Amino acid sequence: MLSNNRKNSVITNNYSAVTLNLFYFLSFLAVLSALLVVFSKNPVHSVLYLIITFFSIGGHYLLLNAEFLFVVHIIVYAGAIMVLFLYVIMLLNLNKETEPHKSNLLKVAATICGGLFLIILVGSLKGAESMIQVQNSNIGYVKNLGMVLFNEFMLPFEISSVLLLAAMVGAVMLGKSEKPGVNN
Amino acid sequence: MIPIEYYLWLSAVLFTIGVMGVLYRRNAIIIFMCIELMLNAVNLVMVAFSNYLNDSSGQVFVFFIMAVAAAEVAVGLAILVVMYRNTKTTDIDILNQLKW
Repeated sequence: MLSNNRKNSVITNNYSAVTLNLFYFLSFLAVLSALLVVFSKNPVHSVLYLIITFFSIGGHYLLLNAEFLFVVHIIVYAGAIMVLFLYVIMLLNLNKETEPHKSNLLKVAATICGGLFLIILVGSLKGAESMIQVQNSNIGYVKNLGMVLFNEFMLPFEISSVLLLAAMVGAVMLGKSEKPGVNN
Repeated sequence: MIPIEYYLWLSAVLFTIGVMGVLYRRNAIIIFMCIELMLNAVNLVMVAFSNYLNDSSGQVFVFFIMAVAAAEVAVGLAILVVMYRNTKTTDIDILNQLKW
């Protein structure tokens, strides 16, 4: 399929060049903002960088023809989870001054551990068989994904609704004040 | 076309940054964010493989992972708020009462 593509036309080549450049741009953005999440001093800045990371991962989903997951990803992560994080950070009034820090020795150790872990991961990928992307794949569309979700994965889908209900009840129970009649 | 290795490397890097963040920071909220980062790295690999193998099960699994992540964040942040109410800090090094 790859060699056919090359023979086909200049337009296809241009298209894949654009795709590759988009991939590099989104990857760079994702990695850079992920690093800034870890290294920024202010927790609010960390959340904002995390939103950038999530948007660039959403862009990757679009490049992979997963439109439905792109929309769900934006709604769930940028819409729900990030708002929750920001609310909690502002509720607890966390800022640069209240931020606890580890000692420099532990920071260096953490960085070395991360680097070694990356070496293990990349080393385990070495020699993997190369695969070719399916052209004009339509499995990521809402229609096809809905068919799979409501046929094969019907029971897990229903159980996940129970999970979300349990999480909601649990969050409310935990957030309630312990002494009756006291609102703090 | 983008080779699948690129997606695997990108996910490996993102996952490593998440692991490093968990080891590097002491604020429990930042650690939560790094866990989200790791979940997203795995999601990206799942979507990539589902596209390259032309199998939609991977994308359905990502959908379920998102549901679990949302539940996890809701309960986790509620626990954090309770913890802050008791200790007035989100520093994880304070929480050592269960240490033997």
